[in-house]
Amino acid sequence: MTTYAACASDELLELASGHGLGRIAEKVLARERLGIDDGLALYRSPHLHVVGALANFVRERLHGDLAYFNVNQHVNYTNLCNKLCRFCAFQRLPGQPGAYLLSPDEAAAKVRAQLSEPVTEVHMVAGVWPKIPYEYYLELLRAVKAARPSIHVKAFTMVELDQIAKVAKKPLEVVLEELEAAGLGSVPGGGAEVFSERVRAETYHLKISGDEWLAIARKVHRAGLRSNCTMLHGHIETVEERVDHLDRLRRLQDETGGFQTYIPLSFHPENSEMADVPGPTAVDELREIALGRLMLDNVPHIKAYWILMDVPIAQLALSYGADDVDGTVVEEHIYHDAGATTPQHVQRAELIQWILDAGRVPVERDTLYNVVWSADPLRAPVGRAAPVAS
Amino acid sequence: MSEKTARSAASGSARAEVRRIADKVRAGERITPGEALALHRHADILTLGMLADGVRRAKHPDAHVTYIVDRNLNPTNVCITDCGFCAFYRRPKADGAYVLERGVIHQKMQELADLGGRQVLMQGGHHPYLKTDWWCELLADLRARFPQINLHALSAPEVDHLAKLDKRPVEAVLRELVAAGLGSLPGAGAEILVERVREIIAPKKTSTERWLDVHRKAHELGLRSSATMMFGHVETVEDCIEHLTRLRDLQDETGGFTAFACWLMQPDGVPEQHLYPSRKTPAVYLRMQALSRIYLDNFDNIQTSYVTAGLKMAQVTLQYGCNDFGGTMLEENVVSAAGCFHLAPIQKLEGVIERAGYLPLQRNSWYGVVDPRHPELQRGPYDMQQAATRRAAVVGAPR
Repeated sequence: MTTYAACASDELLELASGHGLGRIAEKVLARERLGIDDGLALYRSPHLHVVGALANFVRERLHGDLAYFNVNQHVNYTNLCNKLCRFCAFQRLPGQPGAYLLSPDEAAAKVRAQLSEPVTEVHMVAGVWPKIPYEYYLELLRAVKAARPSIHVKAFTMVELDQIAKVAKKPLEVVLEELEAAGLGSVPGGGAEVFSERVRAETYHLKISGDEWLAIARKVHRAGLRSNCTMLHGHIETVEERVDHLDRLRRLQDETGGFQTYIPLSFHPENSEMADVPGPTAVDELREIALGRLMLDNVPHIKAYWILMDVPIAQLALSYGADDVDGTVVEEHIYHDAGATTPQHVQRAELIQWILDAGRVPVERDTLYNVVWSADPLRAPVGRAAPVAS
Repeated sequence: MSEKTARSAASGSARAEVRRIADKVRAGERITPGEALALHRHADILTLGMLADGVRRAKHPDAHVTYIVDRNLNPTNVCITDCGFCAFYRRPKADGAYVLERGVIHQKMQELADLGGRQVLMQGGHHPYLKTDWWCELLADLRARFPQINLHALSAPEVDHLAKLDKRPVEAVLRELVAAGLGSLPGAGAEILVERVREIIAPKKTSTERWLDVHRKAHELGLRSSATMMFGHVETVEDCIEHLTRLRDLQDETGGFTAFACWLMQPDGVPEQHLYPSRKTPAVYLRMQALSRIYLDNFDNIQTSYVTAGLKMAQVTLQYGCNDFGGTMLEENVVSAAGCFHLAPIQKLEGVIERAGYLPLQRNSWYGVVDPRHPELQRGPYDMQQAATRRAAVVGAPR
């Protein structure tokens, strides 16, 4: 296994100083929190290599050469949705061609179909449809757990949880308890979009606001569940709005510590109402990874989600701040409806090869970052929590 | 010493070595094959990227990225070299074997001319009966009909093949081709210029020495050519570095190479797919792409390979040493036959260049900027007229 020698701290300082980022490098080396202005400077710097080197330094300080993946599968249980977000190509209304709602049995069958694979997680997210009864969500969880009792169910974004609580006519705290009893293991990070009210008004005004998203995440964390967090970038948001978004995530994390992973989500314009907006390019995606790593000093993991970045950029992102590439996925609809050309499924061996070729040490994790398999059992022993240096 | 201390001591000395070599590169000094190997083994991708970007900026201080409006035209797919990594060729008389009718060639050229094309990349199989005469007639015909389009044709192995069919020296064949209208020589067929590797992957194809000699002779006749490398199969990193060394040495001798491009072998659907490893991952390509910019200090231009690597990776390579996007390839058959489809319309291609912070500029085959949208940026070193004059001085005026 080859790993590579990256920048040492003195080199980093010299490099950053030579490119107008010396003050930020000093803060990074001193583990000081970066301010809003620092975030803006990093977004605006023409020197992506240097921004990447700063993020990589932080990444290696936290995780060394380790890079995480998991063996998971996605189930998008319905595309029925009344939020009509303009950036979405997945949403359907009842009666529209392609509209579907999986019964709990059908969802369970998708899980059962993978029983011969070492899947540890099912990721279930979908549209928001008010006519789906509360009992459906509980049944869905029970059916999936019955199909594969060992599986971790990471399901329902904050947006879906908001709807589930509404249809349950119960406080979210109670709903979370009941969902957990039915099999919910943790909560994904989607639906945050960009917290800016301006962006929301223009593109997703029927969906919960940033404040509501954060309030639900707070309750999720208080219920003892972990979640991820995201930002949908590359549409109409400004860099100021992105920095503000990251800062708001960071402040909630200070309070709860419940976010495991931050995942920048690239806007894919195809087939959406915003098809005229070009969407982020590879260099934008790498910068977004780096900014996430540098700004979110209190979130342990940064994920380069290969489904939407594509393999080359996900591999490279492991040197721009990311320490996770997501998993085997199996079947993905939301981004593929929006024109993603990546495969829907990769084999575990391929994920390992991607990570090795990127000069990193592959570690298979479960959803809660316990080590399932490790290429370096000394540093990341199987059965233990993933080692994150503080 | 515990395993951990041993490892960190080893990585400490590797880091010192990378630092030393990096200082050399930043000072503009040439690095040795051993130093290239050390960089490949021990430098992280960001370090390779920053060094390659530094070399690129020194050679091309302006944030420009060039490309050429061109198309591929493969007059025949009939080939007797039987390379197991090639999904394009057909044996003589096999199903699907073709030689394009002249009318079809004219039509394809007209499409290119209508789009303002400046170059046709014309290469194909080693056909056992299409000799120098056939090619000369084709070149002369196209030169007369489409004088504005440079004939970038016949890879070194094809020229060598013609020389064998004719039982004449390479130089004589080249002189005739140039007199008929050949404008420049593509760099294809190099694969890996190490005999051990060629004997495994392309035993019937031109040898390393002869490949280099065709380019040497072409350069002596005033032709410019490009250079390539296809890797990610049975070669080692040492083989790649030897390949680059051979190219660098010849470039010291002649100065005739315009650019270098490398790409990963595309194994899907090739005849001997079962004998080859599966497709290498993009990071393997990016490391070599960056290293080639650092190592080939006497090459002006490094081309990205978006057709094999995809537009996203190609955009990133602009920060890893590449200053040229190659051709628009309005038609490409060879790697497409091997399951590789990354062709992009010109606007999309310009879009990714611009979004990375560079100005896209159209060039000619000699890397002169000839973009009609930017007359103020027009620059040599050659245009069609100068190139023709220079060739005429060596081999006489075109017939």
